Parts: sequence; C-alpha cells; structure tokens
Amino acid sequence: MKVDAMQSLLFLPEQASTFAERVDNLHYLVIISTMIVSFLVGTTALVFFILYRRRKPHAYTPTIEPDLKAEMLFVGIPTVFFLAFFAIGFRDFVWVRTPPANAMDVYVMGKQWMWKFAYPEGPNGVNTLHIPAHRPIRLLITSRDVIHSFYVPEFRVKQDAVPGRYAEIWFEATKPGTYQVLCAEYCGLDHSMMRADVVVHEPAEFDEWLANAQRSERHEQQDSEPIAAATQQFPGNLRLQGERIAARAGCFKCHSTDGSPHIGPTFLDMYLRKEKLADGRTVIADESYITESMMDPHLKVVAGFQPVMPSFLGQLDAPETAAIVEYIKSLSTNRVVNEGSKGPVYELRNR
Amino acid sequence: MSSATVEALPAHQPGNTEEMPAEHYLNDGKTVFSWLGTLDHKRIAILYMVVVLLMFLVGGTFALLVRLELLTPGPTIMDALTYNRMFTLHGVIMVFFFMIPAIPGIFGNFMLPLMLGAKDVAFPRLNLMSWYLYVLGAGLGIWGMINGGADTGWTFYTPYSSMTPTQILPVLMGAFVAGFSSILTGLNFIVTVHTMRAPGITWMKMPLFVWSIYATAVIQILGTPVIGLVMLLLTVEQVFGFGIFDPARGGDPVLYQHLFWFYSHPAVYIMVLPAMAVMSEVVSTMSRKNPYGYKMIAWSSLGIALVGFLAWGHHLFVSGQSTFDAGAFGVISMMVGVFTAIKVFNWTATLYKGSVTFTTPFAYFCGFLYFIVFGGMTGIAVASVSLDVHWHDTYFVVAHFHFIMVGATIMAFLAALHYWFPKMFGRMYPEGWGLVSAVLIIIGFNATFIPQFLLGNMGMPRRYYQYPEQFQALNVASTAGASLLAMGFLIIAIYLAISLKYGKVAGPNPWGSHGYEWLHTQSPPITHNFHGQPVYPQAPHDYTGPVEGEVTHAA
Repeated sequence: MKVDAMQSLLFLPEQASTFAERVDNLHYLVIISTMIVSFLVGTTALVFFILYRRRKPHAYTPTIEPDLKAEMLFVGIPTVFFLAFFAIGFRDFVWVRTPPANAMDVYVMGKQWMWKFAYPEGPNGVNTLHIPAHRPIRLLITSRDVIHSFYVPEFRVKQDAVPGRYAEIWFEATKPGTYQVLCAEYCGLDHSMMRADVVVHEPAEFDEWLANAQRSERHEQQDSEPIAAATQQFPGNLRLQGERIAARAGCFKCHSTDGSPHIGPTFLDMYLRKEKLADGRTVIADESYITESMMDPHLKVVAGFQPVMPSFLGQLDAPETAAIVEYIKSLSTNRVVNEGSKGPVYELRNR
Repeated sequence: MSSATVEALPAHQPGNTEEMPAEHYLNDGKTVFSWLGTLDHKRIAILYMVVVLLMFLVGGTFALLVRLELLTPGPTIMDALTYNRMFTLHGVIMVFFFMIPAIPGIFGNFMLPLMLGAKDVAFPRLNLMSWYLYVLGAGLGIWGMINGGADTGWTFYTPYSSMTPTQILPVLMGAFVAGFSSILTGLNFIVTVHTMRAPGITWMKMPLFVWSIYATAVIQILGTPVIGLVMLLLTVEQVFGFGIFDPARGGDPVLYQHLFWFYSHPAVYIMVLPAMAVMSEVVSTMSRKNPYGYKMIAWSSLGIALVGFLAWGHHLFVSGQSTFDAGAFGVISMMVGVFTAIKVFNWTATLYKGSVTFTTPFAYFCGFLYFIVFGGMTGIAVASVSLDVHWHDTYFVVAHFHFIMVGATIMAFLAALHYWFPKMFGRMYPEGWGLVSAVLIIIGFNATFIPQFLLGNMGMPRRYYQYPEQFQALNVASTAGASLLAMGFLIIAIYLAISLKYGKVAGPNPWGSHGYEWLHTQSPPITHNFHGQPVYPQAPHDYTGPVEGEVTHAA
C-alpha cells in the first residue's frame, strides 16, 4: 500500500515488468533520502538565518573555519550516499543488460516513423509487438535511418535504435494488457507520432497466437513451391488452395498480406474490416463484398486507392473465388494495426 | 579613507547622503565609438550585457512558444516542423549565446580585475575581440534561424543532422564562431589571474568568485576546441559526405555523441561554476561572514572542472555504449555530485554566527540553494545508471537540467545582477519590487518544472510535438508556471531599466561588503579602477573588524 502511494504521488505508470519494480525501488530510496537530507539542510539554513539575522547594521563576525572532522563529514556523507545509489543502480543496470539464456528473441527495427517487429520463425509486422507475460524477452534493436529509441514507460525499459548495429535489452512483462511504445530519441518531423503497441498475452494465449500467425504467414514468392507442395499435402484445405490460386491469379502483385501498403488494400485483416469508400459510403468487407470486388472491382473502390484492378469475371470460377475468400479470412490474425497506437489499454489506477 | 565613517552608515538606506561620483567609467566618453571601440573591461562587460540580455529575450520567447504549443495534445499554434525548430533554437540560443557567455562575459569581465586589484584584464584587445566574435556568432546563428532554421535539437545528433531538410550550417557556424569567443575569454581570465594579482592577494586569498571563474576558464579553453572540431566534422559530413558518423560508410553515430558530450557535458559546468562563483560572494556579503571552508569551496571548483571532463558518457547509458563504460561514467558522475554537495554544506554553514540580512540577492541565494540541491540530487538519480534507463530522454531529464541551468544559473545571474547593480551603475534597484519578483520567479520555476519531473516519471519523451492525452494536465500546469516566470522577468526588466536612471544613488559600498571588489574603488569605478596600486592585507570577506581600503565617499 505504501509503495502504491509513492507510485501515485510520483505519477509513475503501472509496473508491468520485473525491471520496473527494481527501478522504482531505487527511485523511492533516492527520493526519500534526498527529501530527508534536503529537509535537514533547509532547516539548518533557516535556523541559522533566524538565530543570526542581522541585528545591527555593520556587525563584526568571527572568522570560522571547519576542522578536520567537519571536512570529513562534508565529504563523507555525500560520498557514501551517492556510491550506495550507484552500487544498486549499476547492479540493476548490469542485470537488465544481461539477458537470460532462455530469452525469446524479437528483432526490432525503427524507421521514420514506425516500428517493425520480427520473430526469428516469423511472423513480422509493423507497430504491434505481441509477447507472452512471465517469459524473458530479448529485443534486438536497430534502425534503418536515423537514431530512434524504443521506450515502454510501464516496463521502465529503453534502448536506442542505432543504424548499423544491433543493441539488445531484455525484460519480463508481468501483466497482460496493451502498452504503448514511444520513440524517445528525436528522429524528425513525426517523432512524437512514432508510437506502437506492445500486447502482452498470457503465455498459453501467446503460443496460440504465434502458431496461428506463423501459419498465415505467406511466403514472399508468387507461385511458390512450398505453397504448391503444401496444397498437395492437404488437398482439401480451402485456405491453402486459396493462397495458391491467389498467387497464380497475381493478387499479390497489388495486395500485400502483411499489412504493408501497396497498390490495393492489404489482405491482412481485410475480412470484416469497415472500409471507407471513395464515394464516402462505408462497407463491411464480408464474403459478398470481397467476391463482388473480384468480379466488379470498380463498383466500390476503397478510399485512398486508384480504380486500377482488373475484373476476374470469367477467370475465376466459384470454388476458386470461395477459396480466395477463405484464404483472406485466414489472414485475420490481429497482429498488425493500420493506424498508430491508440494508447495504453490496461486499467489505469485512479488519480 | 576612514573606515569608521562607513561603519556608522545605517544599512538599507544607501545613498541618502550620496551623490553619483563625478567621474566614472560610464561617463568617460559618450560617443558610439567610445563604446564599440572600448578596451575597458567594464565597458566590454556592459556590451556583453546588452547582447546577452537580448539573447535571453529571444531564447525565452522561443521557450514560451514551445510551452504554448504543448497546452494541448494535438497541434495548438504551430505545425510540427515549426515546433521542432522552436525547441532547437531555444536550446541553441540559451546554451551557446546566453548561458555560456552570461556570467563570465558580464560579471567575470567586470569583477575579475576589480577583485584582483588590477587595472584591466591581461589582454584588453583580445577581450574586445571576443565580444565581437560572440556578436558575430550570435548574428550568424540568428540569421540561420531566420533562413532555414535547424530542427535537429541543440545536440545536432547524427545521422539526423546529416539528413534533415532544414539548414543547420549557419547555426552550426554561429556556435563555432561563438566558441572562439569563449576560448579567448577563458585564456584572458587565466592569464589575468596568474599575472595581475595585486600585492597581498595570494592564491589562497583570491575571492571565491575568482576561483570559480578560473575553473570555468580552464574548461573553456580545454573543452571548446573539441566542440569546434565536432562542428567542423559535422559540416564536412553534411557538405562533402565524409561519412565519419555514417554506419553505411564505416562511420559511427555514437562516436558523434561521445565527441559532442566531451565538450557539452563540461559546458554544463561552464554554466554552473560561475553561478557558484556568484553565490559564494553573495552569501558572504549578506551574512557578513567569511566563507566557511574557503579551501574546500575553492578546491571543489577545480574538482568539478576536472571530474566534469570525465563524466560525459552518462549521456549515453542507453545509446549502445558498453556496460562497463556506463559503470565508469556513472561512478565518476557521482564525484561531481560530491563536490557540489561540499559547496552546499559550506554555503549553509557560512550563515553560522553571521549577521544575515534578507535582501533580493539573498532571496536568490535561497532559491539557488534549493534548485542546486534538487537539481543536483535529480542528477545523482539519473547518474544511478538503472534509473536513467527509464528517465533518459524524457521530461525528467528536461526538468533536471532546467533546475540546474535555469534554476541555479538564472538564480545566480539575477543575484549577480542585483548584487552588483550598484557597483556597475552606482544606483540601487527598488528592494520591495526585487523581493516580489524574486518570489514570483522562484514560484514560477517550480510551477514550470515540477510538473515536468512528474511528466518524465509518467514517461513523456522529450521533443514531442504531439503527446498522448494522459500527459495533458501536467503540461497545462507547466505552461501556467512558465507564464508566471515570464511575468517575474518582465517586472525585473521594468524596474531595473527605471533604476538605471532614477534609482537611489548607492554610494561606494551599499552592502558594507568586505569583498575585494568593493574595496579601494568607488561605485561605479573610474576607468582605471583604482587611484594607484591597492594593497590587500586581509583575506576577502574578513568581517572580524574594519578593513583597510573601504571607500567611504566618491573620490
């Protein structure tokens, strides 16, 4: 309870990592000892001022010089305190710089003005990082252009993203929820809008998410061998068929599957997405809309895109269309947001 | 020269019987050239004062615009690019054109020879030249701001500074040229201290102001060439694409940060040591007491100058510097804190058995003590390596260095302005208004920067044009505080301007001080400071009895 009061008093955000607890504990120690010592100094000054206020205009005063004891005291007290703070702080710093061997790696790349996240076995995406709670995560951070800084206040974790090198930092999230990633190193015009989200899952939930996300990861090449092979392995699988047909029909020339912008709207999360149309109406991208758009693409063009898609009427038959729709539906892994971060979603304490 | 007369003068009624001295440096020549071509250290100090105050006005205006923009989470009064330029120019002007030349340029120039019993500084022509270099640098900087306006932050971090669409070269060159002014001033002061001390002034009898200014000068001549070098490297990087800081061509952006902070961290002490210098004088005069622990204060100034050079890496705890380096720089940074703490204890102990009077300079001393304690301790906090991982590049750091650079240094600047106003202009400021504005400014500083500490705790990064909504309440509080602050400065500007002409005549020594600059010389001093060669048998601020050399009447 006492610690909670300190946290509110100092406007500290949620403690959502094991490192946050260490940082805050030292913070409290430093601030409490500062308050005590400065209160003592302030009171001494006040007492001196009252006791020795000027009573007659040009009084003479004795010359007083400190003895060795006073000198030792003046040097010793701050030295002991400051070195103690340093010892604790450096111990924790070494701790946060030494990732445990079993840490899960995530590659982080900053660029003006977004964050990209990639898992060694896939998937990768922008602006949303999914991680499990209670497992050490090691971030390997770099930048594509200028220096950025990966900062999650609730984790008390920050690391500069420097072009040309990978920096590492690790943490262990303790509370599921959504936290905001802020760029802390000035990086140009939209520095303040370079925000992303970290979604902390329960470990089991995360494993499920990861498996799902990895499955829906489409390989970069069109008509790729692995896809063809997989289709033969699972001949009845509509999703895999749809992926193969979409590749053959050339959908991926204009539609990305990882959320990145391209000539046409991305397939990722397209299913049931509320799309604003060029003529101002909105439409829910359900099965009928997706099918309709394949057959008569210029009827309802999504705002912000050029009406350049050819019609596939007569080129794709009904089962093929269904397979593509099914494939698009499978790409709803919720792992990428198209807008910037909307802010933290965990419960804020009352203040 | 009977000291009994001045001892009998009632305090706080300076000038009731006095007239301005017939002859002094201010009325020795009235032409424009007598000012712009002057070799008199006192007139050069006034020249500095004019430009420094102008720079403070410009930098302060940028600060207010930045604070206004931050009233709302979204765009408020300007676009993102303008905002980025505003905070950059605020930083560049305040650091290079206000803070660094302020106290050494004005009060260092004016007081150093007076405190050493010298007719002038060692190289008067060089002194004038450094003012011109400073004006040239500031002019280049301002010109660059109007034409293009850098948006990199005052730190010019690469690779952003090589990629920015704005023009950084004129601003860089402005700071580069102003750097030479700083080097020449430092050189001048060091030679002056070594060679121009009057009989009786041994090293351990120099006023503490001189000690601190001396330590500052050491940093100026050792550190400033490095920033000059960095700025040249940045220029060739930008113009010729040298690639020293570009990883794509084998360079390293972190190298830039090391070089930059090698100067810019000691530069903090170029700003703070003169502040400490002023305070050592003010506290002694206002408590009529010898500085407690004179040697400790003097040595700690040199200590800060030395250790300050070895602490730069604490700006790079999360930049990709090695863990060992972080530890080394962390522990060295603590030493700066120890030296500062020694001074704080000694200043406080100076009041012991003194005779303390609460004047405007003393009010600023109290403010200074407060800001240096909390600004210093938050510095210790960020030097405790792990804490910096959270606070680095957040508003906590912004608040911390504003507590030191604005809080402590401006406190000292204002204290010096009031304390030496009678020395420089021969007239007093209105004490009542002085205290009112001091209170306003101290409250305003706190109201501006305490919310910023809390914003940093919450996790708001620096240099944010737009911010998430949870940060708004504290930002509004900070902006409100800034307006109080502006009001305080406005009041000071008005009453000091009036006092220049209509203030009560101060007399030679309105504070009854036994500091050297008040002895053997009238206020304002004559052009050559002294009639003949003064001798100083007693230590400065010896209040055990009457002191030789008190000037009782205008000569």
